[in-house]
Amino acid sequence: MDFLIFKAPMLMVQASLDGILLGILFALIAYGMALQWGVMNIINIAQGDLVILGGYIAYTIYLWGIHPAWGVIISPIIMFFVGWGLYKLVINKVVDRDLFISILATFGIAIVFQQLMNFIFGADVVVAQSEYGTTMLFDNSVTLPNSKIFSAFISVLYAVALVIYMKKSRLGRAIRATAQNARAAKILGVDTEKVYAATFGINAALCGIAGALISITLTLHPYVGLPYTVRSFMIVIVAGLGNLPAVAVSGMGLGLFEEFADYILGTEFRIGAVFLLLVLILVYRRFKLSKKREYLK
Amino acid sequence: MNKLVKLIITSISAITLALVSFTSSFAKVDGEYIVLGSAISLTGKYSSNGVHTQNGYNMAVDRINKMGGVEVQGKKYKFEIIYYDDESNPKRAAQLAERLIKQDGVHYMLGPYSSGLTKAIAPVTEKYKIPMVEANGASRSLFTKGYKYLFAVLSPANQYLEVAIDLAVEKNGGKGVKIAQAFEQDAFSQDVRLGILDAAKRTGSEIIIDDKLPKELNDMAATLAKVKAVKPDVLVVSGHTKGALTAIRQISEMKVDVPMLAMTHCDAAKLSKQHGKKSEFALCASQWHKNLSYKDKFFGSGKKYAKDFQKEFGYDPPYQSAESSAALLVFKDAFERANSFDRDAVRDALVDTEMQTFYGNIKFGPGGQNVAKPMILFQVRCKGDDCENRVVAPTKWASDKFYHPIPKWSDRS
Repeated sequence: MDFLIFKAPMLMVQASLDGILLGILFALIAYGMALQWGVMNIINIAQGDLVILGGYIAYTIYLWGIHPAWGVIISPIIMFFVGWGLYKLVINKVVDRDLFISILATFGIAIVFQQLMNFIFGADVVVAQSEYGTTMLFDNSVTLPNSKIFSAFISVLYAVALVIYMKKSRLGRAIRATAQNARAAKILGVDTEKVYAATFGINAALCGIAGALISITLTLHPYVGLPYTVRSFMIVIVAGLGNLPAVAVSGMGLGLFEEFADYILGTEFRIGAVFLLLVLILVYRRFKLSKKREYLK
Repeated sequence: MNKLVKLIITSISAITLALVSFTSSFAKVDGEYIVLGSAISLTGKYSSNGVHTQNGYNMAVDRINKMGGVEVQGKKYKFEIIYYDDESNPKRAAQLAERLIKQDGVHYMLGPYSSGLTKAIAPVTEKYKIPMVEANGASRSLFTKGYKYLFAVLSPANQYLEVAIDLAVEKNGGKGVKIAQAFEQDAFSQDVRLGILDAAKRTGSEIIIDDKLPKELNDMAATLAKVKAVKPDVLVVSGHTKGALTAIRQISEMKVDVPMLAMTHCDAAKLSKQHGKKSEFALCASQWHKNLSYKDKFFGSGKKYAKDFQKEFGYDPPYQSAESSAALLVFKDAFERANSFDRDAVRDALVDTEMQTFYGNIKFGPGGQNVAKPMILFQVRCKGDDCENRVVAPTKWASDKFYHPIPKWSDRS
C-alpha cells in the first residue's frame, strides 16, 4: 500500500486525467462488444486481438511513411471487411448456438489471429510515432500526451457518429430491430444474415479505430490482446447491453479504477485488480445476467 | 506357412528395432558429424530473439566447419545441429529436450532462448546427464540449483545493471543515491532487481520507488508520474523489449526529467531506431558490444564478427547472436581438450574451460555461470536523427564519456 497519491494533489489530477483518457478508449472497444453481444448474443473473446490487428494496420501505414493518425480512417475500413469475412467464415455457424460454443469459437479465432500476427508482423514490440507533443498543465506538474487527448477525442467522435447512424440509417434500424427480436425482424423482411455480418463488421471496425489509437499511445505486440478483451467484457457487464451512456461512464470508471489501483495497491496489482473487480461484479450480477437478449436503445 | 510369415515378420521387426537403436545410440557422432540438439523459439512471442539465437548458432557452425572442424583423437569432425521449434512454450521445450535426447540420441545440447525456457530444459538435461552450453538464460536461479551439466557463456542477470548504480554513486561524489525502479514480474527482470538491491545496500543508496510491472502491462504512466513527484537520482527499468519501448515513449511524452535512466533490452527493442532522438542518453546493459577488444581465431574481433554477420543475415548482430555463436566455440574447445565423446569427459572439460572468444572471456563458476566477463553499459547518443550505442562503462572499453546528467526535456530540442 502506498498513499503517496493522497499527499500530492497534482498526482491525483494526473491519475484522474490519465484514467479518464484511457477509459474513453476502453469504452470504444467495449461499445463494439456490447453491440455484437446484444445483436448476436456472442461473447467475442477475439475482441482484443481484433484491436491489435487494427493497430498493426496503422503501424503498417506508418512504416510506409504515412502519418499513423490516418490509421483511424484506413484501419476501420479494412477491419470492417475482416469482420465481415470472419462472420461469413466462422461466426455464422455459431450465431444461434449456445453461448459456450461462441466463446470457444472466438477463443479459437483469437489464437489463430495471434499466431498470424506473429507470423506476419514478427514478435517484436512496435510503436508508431505521432509526434504530437505534450500538453503541460499546472506549471508542468501534470503532463498529458497529446496523442492520448487525440485518441479520446477520436473515440468520442466515432461513438457519437455511430449512435446517430444507428438511429437514423436503414441498416442501423435493422440492427436494432434484430437485437430486439430476430425472428420478428426476419418476418418483417429484415435480412438478419446481412444484419449479423454488418454488425460483426462494425464491431471489427471499432476495434480497428481503437487499435490505431493504441499504436500511437501505447505499444503493440501480437500477444497483448487479452487484457483489452477482459476490460471490454467488464465494461459491458457493468453497463448492460443496451446502454451506450453507461458504457462510456463505466469505461471511464474502469480507467480511473486502474490508475488509482496502480497508485495505491502498486503497479503489480493493476491488472490483478481489474480481474478481481470482474469476479466481484460477476458474482453481484449473477442473477441479473439472464440469458435473454436485451435490446439496443 | 502361417508360422513362416510370423517368423519373417518377427525377424524384420527385430532387425528394424536393432537398426533404430543402433542409429540412435550413435547419433551423438554420426559419421563425421558431432550432433548437437537445441529447442529454439521459432514461433511464438520469443520468435525474434529465437531467430537471433539460431542465426548465432548457425554462423558459428559454418565457421568452425569451414575452418577445419573439431579434432578428436586425430580425426576431424564437423558440427551439426538438430533444431525443434519450442513455440516459446516452456512445457513444449522440456518435451522437445526429452525427444532430442531419447529419440534423436543427442548427447550434447545448446540452450534455448530466454531464462524461462532454459529453466524448463535444465532439469531434463540434468536427469540424462547431458552437457548443455546455453547462451540466453541469465536468470540467477539457474546457477543456484547445483546443476552439474549446465554452462552459461553469459553473465548472470543480477549483474546487468549493478554497474549503473556504481556509476550513479560515482557521479554523486561517492555518496548514496535515490533510486526509482520498475521491473517486470518475470524471472529475469526480478533477478536484475535483486542485483540493484545488492548494489543499493553496498553503496548506501536508497530505493524510493520499487514498482513491479505485470506482464500484460503496456502503460507505465502511474510509475512515471510518481517518479516526477519524488525526483530520484536514477531511474531503472527492466521489462524486456516492451518495458524499454513503453518507458521511452512515456518518459518523453510525460516530460519526466531524471538525471540518469538505465534499462535492459535496448538493442533487442531497436530502441534508437523506433524512438530516435527520444531515446538519447538512455543507459543500457548489454552482454556484448562489437567495439570490445576481445579476439579469437574464428571470428577475429567483435567488429569483424558484426561485419560477417551483417553480410550473412542482413542485420547488425544483437548480443543474443554473439553469445550464441560463442557457445559453439566453447563446445569445440571442450571436445578437443576432452579428446573424447564421452559425456562426462566433455562435461569435465567444460568445467575447466578458460578461453577468450570474440564475445569475451569465458570461465565457468561453480554454478555454471560465466565469471570471467563483465557486463557493459552503453549510452544512446544521437547526431541529428542518427542514433547509435556507445560504450561508456567499464572504462577499459569506453569509447565515449558517460553523459551525465541527462538534460531536461525543456532544454532538449
